[in-house]
Amino acid sequence: MADQTLPIGGALDITPQKATKQSFFEWLSEWFITVDHKKLGILYISYALVFMLVAGVEALMIRVQLAVPNNDFVSPQLYDRLFTMHGTTMVFLVGMPILFGFANYIVPLQIGARDMAYPRLNAFSFWLTAFGGLLLYYSFIGGFGLYGVGTAPDMGWFAYAPLTEKAFSPGHAPDYWAIALIISGWGTLGTAINIIATTISMRCKGMTLMRMPLFSWLMLVVSGLTLVTITPLTAAQIMLMIDRYLGGHFFDTQAGGSAVMWMHFFWIFGHPEVYVLVLPAFGIASEIIPVFSRKGIFGYAAMVAASVGIGFVSLGVWAHHMFTVGMSTPTTTFFVLSTMLVGIPTGIKIFNWLATIWGGKIVFATPMLFCLAFLFQFLIAGLTGIMLSAAPWDWQLHNSYFVVAHFHYVLVGAIVFNIFAAIYYWFPKATGKMLSETLGKWHFWLFLIGFHLTFDFMHIPGILGMPRHIYTYMPDRGWGIWNFIETIGAFVQAIAVLVFLYNVVISLMKGKEAGNDPWDAWTLEWATPSPPPAYNFATDPVVNSRRPLWDLKHPEDPDWKYE
Amino acid sequence: MFTGISKVLRRLLFTAGMTIALPVSAWAAGVQPGTNMFAPASKPAREIESLAIFILAITGGIFVVVGGALLYAVIKYRRRKNDDGSEPTQIFGSLQIEMAWTIIPIMIVVVMFLTSARLIFAIQDAPKPKESLAITVVGHQFWWEVRYPKYGVVTANEIHVPVDEATYFKLLSADVVHSFWIPELAGKTDCIPNHVNTTWILPTRVGLYKGQCSQFCGTEHAMMLLRVYVQTPAQFKAWIKNQQKPAVEDPAVAAGREVFMHNACMDCHTIRGTVATGRFGPDLTHLASRDTLGSGSLSNTPANLRAWIKDPDHFKPGVLMPAMQLNNKQLDEVTAYLCSLR
Repeated sequence: MADQTLPIGGALDITPQKATKQSFFEWLSEWFITVDHKKLGILYISYALVFMLVAGVEALMIRVQLAVPNNDFVSPQLYDRLFTMHGTTMVFLVGMPILFGFANYIVPLQIGARDMAYPRLNAFSFWLTAFGGLLLYYSFIGGFGLYGVGTAPDMGWFAYAPLTEKAFSPGHAPDYWAIALIISGWGTLGTAINIIATTISMRCKGMTLMRMPLFSWLMLVVSGLTLVTITPLTAAQIMLMIDRYLGGHFFDTQAGGSAVMWMHFFWIFGHPEVYVLVLPAFGIASEIIPVFSRKGIFGYAAMVAASVGIGFVSLGVWAHHMFTVGMSTPTTTFFVLSTMLVGIPTGIKIFNWLATIWGGKIVFATPMLFCLAFLFQFLIAGLTGIMLSAAPWDWQLHNSYFVVAHFHYVLVGAIVFNIFAAIYYWFPKATGKMLSETLGKWHFWLFLIGFHLTFDFMHIPGILGMPRHIYTYMPDRGWGIWNFIETIGAFVQAIAVLVFLYNVVISLMKGKEAGNDPWDAWTLEWATPSPPPAYNFATDPVVNSRRPLWDLKHPEDPDWKYE
Repeated sequence: MFTGISKVLRRLLFTAGMTIALPVSAWAAGVQPGTNMFAPASKPAREIESLAIFILAITGGIFVVVGGALLYAVIKYRRRKNDDGSEPTQIFGSLQIEMAWTIIPIMIVVVMFLTSARLIFAIQDAPKPKESLAITVVGHQFWWEVRYPKYGVVTANEIHVPVDEATYFKLLSADVVHSFWIPELAGKTDCIPNHVNTTWILPTRVGLYKGQCSQFCGTEHAMMLLRVYVQTPAQFKAWIKNQQKPAVEDPAVAAGREVFMHNACMDCHTIRGTVATGRFGPDLTHLASRDTLGSGSLSNTPANLRAWIKDPDHFKPGVLMPAMQLNNKQLDEVTAYLCSLR
């Protein structure tokens, strides 16, 4: 196995010297017209981080409004717009773009390719997604500026019919929502096709599918899932627009349409969507946990099988969002079973990460801290998920703050924590600078404390009967104290995010030089310079195992002996 | 071997889980907001509570075992200060261990699934007793219409039911999707236009139980509150008897009656025994017998009622009832009239 060709160590950089200094407009146009997967990845991530701040401010306004009973910090009309835009933004303009951004940046590097399979489709997809997001936010200033906030969508991110029909939403709120998401959905579909083509056909010599790093594997599964799930949403949104403008009656209950059909359409998208967001987070954890435990991933094959398994099972669980709509008993029972089954591959993953740590030498760097917190939080999120899957208990818990706490445990406790881990882990590769570890630890601990203050206590008012989407509540219900604690936690999280932003800025300006391989890691992206040149690899890499860099660093005990 | 493991594991899980579940549910049962799902006062809610405690015990057990193992690993396998810089032994998997942590979760899932399935059938397909009260609840933006078809009674937002007798609800919606939820009596069921749902309760304790709409239905979703009064059979009978009567005709408030009947009030509200037969808003035949106004947004006092009629939007921004632009005299008169409708 001597044909390993990795320019590790003095990673080969053959980029020609830049002749002159760029002007600002040259720099700008370079970012506008780029088809480089790395630049597009950074564009995706920056775009998503901007919207994360916007949706974060919306969340803070929601928390201030709910801090005490009978509060009137915002009007009910504005409150409805805030929670609708918060949810829609976090899912469509933060979660998916940031994860596809990481995929864009990392997948070609990890599989030893020079770019994505379709670089121009890649750029087109990004700009579609970006336009969708800007269109959605234009709704705040578009229209008549009703109640001072334009015609921003106000019917919940799930947009249940018939509230979205002309009779109940006469303005343009559902139009902005539907059209913006259809457009950004096309962008997402383009990227998904691109990632599938890239991982299937662009892997370097020696990298069989079963040697592909887990993050790339997960992105392959996610992209397949995206193709299946975005389409019903787009279809339903087009049907909604036909209802609203072309005299259709799909969801128009006053003309015999069906409200329940919208729920099926929405949730057959909406539930797999959760996995579209969480599987890349699993991928991130599967890269970071081994490196900082100094041990290869435990049960690679089982991890791949569990991921594919989760992908399939997740397509058959959507009606657990509908246990209260009066489904027949056998249907309800079926969806209880399919939902509980998700727990098995998910459990396997947690056990495998645990076994990876077991017997290792854990390095508590910031990326690892975020991943370890993820493990605990995801365990809890999974267990509250089991509680919700038991339909009779769900009849109580459904649409209560318990559910809100549960899915924020998944979306923040698992996904956002792993996104931060990924940023700390791959920032040195993308910029050549390390993020400050001291500030990173401040960020971690503040965010951890804030997260638990907010979302641990959020389960309690749910159990005490507090429903979702209410702009205020009566003092006699006993929900006030818990909501007040949650609001404090939200501000602690906000401070942590400010620390993070400061860290990014200060590290970009005067961070420590990263070098090619600051974490002593094992996958191919660490075999190129930081930041990688436009062509990624000067020579095409050839690999013999799942951890090509381990093989190079440990010629006495290479992985390919055991595969 | 597996039965042996599963028995030990089950006992371990259950003990660990109970140490979490029992104090949690005991604490929760102590809180009395009137909307606490761990203080059930009716048959389905009580059965759901026992399932909840069972699931809490299992999941609590899993949390203790797996969380404990995680914590142990994180502490035990941290890189020590005197580390020699060598890499730890690389282990890539173990078929036996991976089989074990696949099969044990499958067994746990089977147990939880069967327990849940039993209860789904027990509640959804419960045989309807011969003697039961039938109530139709219609969700509106943003209030509840309550009809007792057998007794010819129509009221709003406040439901009276007898104790120790099953009550069956037929759930409808006049506009968008709402959800009917009184946590201490039963789980929630949606009110969906063009789609009839049913649910039932069998309350065992006299008292006032609260709830509210739990499916976002528009601007005033938050102020679509519900109250259920569980009464002794005698109290309930007396209440029904009063509600069955047509509206009180008190000559002392004739002026207010005129105001009501000669303004748009009558287009949206019904007062039985008069020409007011509107059905867009709540039935006001016995308004004064109710405890709250505006679907629970404020208590039913003459002062509140007057302020509400003057400007409902002030209390419930986005409410569909318009301010009627009445002058002070008309307001006093119509308030006096409505207060007479016991």
